[in-house]
Amino acid sequence: MIGEKEKNAIIRLFHVYRHYGSKNALIDITLDVFKNEFLFISGPSGAGKTTLLKLLYLGEPVSDGQILIDGMNLSRISRNRIPYLRRNFGIVFQDYKLIKTKTVYENVAIVLEASGVKRRMVQKKVNHVLRTVGMEQRHSAFPPSLSGGEQQRVAIARAIVGDPKIILADEPTGSLDSESASFIFNLLKGVHTRGATVIIATHDKELIKKTGGRVVYLSSGRLETSPYV
Amino acid sequence: MIRLFYKRAIQDIRENRFLNTVTIITIALSILIVSVFALFFINTNDLINHWKKGIRVVVYLKTNTSEAMIPDIKKKFEEMYGVSEAVFISKEEALEQLKRQIKSQISLLEDLKENPLPDAFEVRMIPSSQSWEKVETLSDKIESLPYVDDVEYGEKWLGRFTNIVNLFRLTGYGVGGLFFMAAVFIVANTIRLVLYSRREEIEIMRLIGAADSFIKFPFYIQSLIQSTLGGILGLGILFIAFTIIASNVEHGFLPGSFQIRFLPPAVFFSIVISSMLVGWLGCYLSLKQFLRI
Ligand SMILES: Nc1ncnc2c1ncn2[C@@H]1O[C@H](COP(=O)(O)OP(=O)(O)O)[C@@H](O)[C@H]1O
Ligand SMILES: [Mg+2]
Repeated sequence: MIGEKEKNAIIRLFHVYRHYGSKNALIDITLDVFKNEFLFISGPSGAGKTTLLKLLYLGEPVSDGQILIDGMNLSRISRNRIPYLRRNFGIVFQDYKLIKTKTVYENVAIVLEASGVKRRMVQKKVNHVLRTVGMEQRHSAFPPSLSGGEQQRVAIARAIVGDPKIILADEPTGSLDSESASFIFNLLKGVHTRGATVIIATHDKELIKKTGGRVVYLSSGRLETSPYV
Repeated sequence: MIRLFYKRAIQDIRENRFLNTVTIITIALSILIVSVFALFFINTNDLINHWKKGIRVVVYLKTNTSEAMIPDIKKKFEEMYGVSEAVFISKEEALEQLKRQIKSQISLLEDLKENPLPDAFEVRMIPSSQSWEKVETLSDKIESLPYVDDVEYGEKWLGRFTNIVNLFRLTGYGVGGLFFMAAVFIVANTIRLVLYSRREEIEIMRLIGAADSFIKFPFYIQSLIQSTLGGILGLGILFIAFTIIASNVEHGFLPGSFQIRFLPPAVFFSIVISSMLVGWLGCYLSLKQFLRI
């Protein structure tokens, strides 16, 4: 029997393993993530949070097990379909991954350009999202000249500009002061409210408490519990 | 979209100005060398054809050939492959001609009791089928006929010259091929260096869902710009050199009515197209290698 919850699963992992040589980064992960969920993946540094996110957008392949994203089986996806898979995600990387030689505006716009959105529309959307994250004044700045908090805002702008179904954020508040951190968090809350599924990998227990949402714990590559908060 | 790609390509070229300049110059030199060969062959070919227009195969008939056979013989020659026309020159005509040619010593001939010249045919060939081998085959065939005494044809050295030119032509193809490969390699290398300097950006683009074609396109534009500019530059240099040389040489040792000419448009554009092909191929190879990872 498939329950109501399972039918609504947008991400499903079945006995997923990932190892690097003899090191097991993820061991037997079985997990469903539901549509419009706000999910925390918690756990200490080195537990495998980043690795888990990478497997979802095919940044790396699984060593064993199956992952379904919105019904697509990742192990069956052909190479040239990977970009289309990735367009389901808005990803905030732990190290931001902004293009240093492009302006703030260009960094955000490239997501839309890559999926063939018309120039006028790109302009409209990018300007709007930069206003949302409070970076419209710095649209022609280059990332290296920005503070960590500002870079994170640009990274979020880039993640949400294409209205993706799923937002993945890896330690989005990791290196930020508490004011910037709560600003970023509110942005993520905002996209969630507008219907996206949000998955946040973090070891910051304070933020989890403040926010509310399901939390799953990773410890040495194993999924410990998946309680509801 | 194209505008966007174009912008990125131009940006790449600007950022790697030195590398791109070196690449364009190298392509230009390769194209220059290859097109010098092309120009040389086109003109020597013209020259050979020019000389060949003068090729006549003269067939001397045996003295006992009766006049009644002449129309049949004429027909026989004209039916041969590559022959456009056979003109009968009777021994009387030949003597008249000879007299005209050596007017000063005409008295020598006046005293002849008998005409020593044989009847002859002048066999003219269709210009397009004037390959040297054909002339030789034809004259051998004619010589084997019973009523033919002797066959004489054009300057023998022309045959040897043609052979040498053909040998050069082969060398030209070889050299052309080598330079083509060298140019492809150079473009591939430039693109690889640019790709390398942009690897982080490319990786990020892939992570945010950019398709390979989106990533590749600017590089193709870049290499097409390089190779087209290189090709045009090379041909431009050739044209300038040609104009200078042609104006000095023309009145020198070349036969009067013969004119050396620049590459005809078809060849010119083929060279530009090959140059673009070089760019495309170089880019294709390095992208294939680089994006595999
Ligand atoms: N590319 C890799 N090669 C080898 N080991 C890796 C690699 N990526 C991650 N690991 C290891 O896998 C484990 C989980 O890493 P990670 O997912 O980054 O943890 P977290 O994000 O929870 O801090 C760590 O022990 C890390 O050293
Ligand atoms: Mg991590």
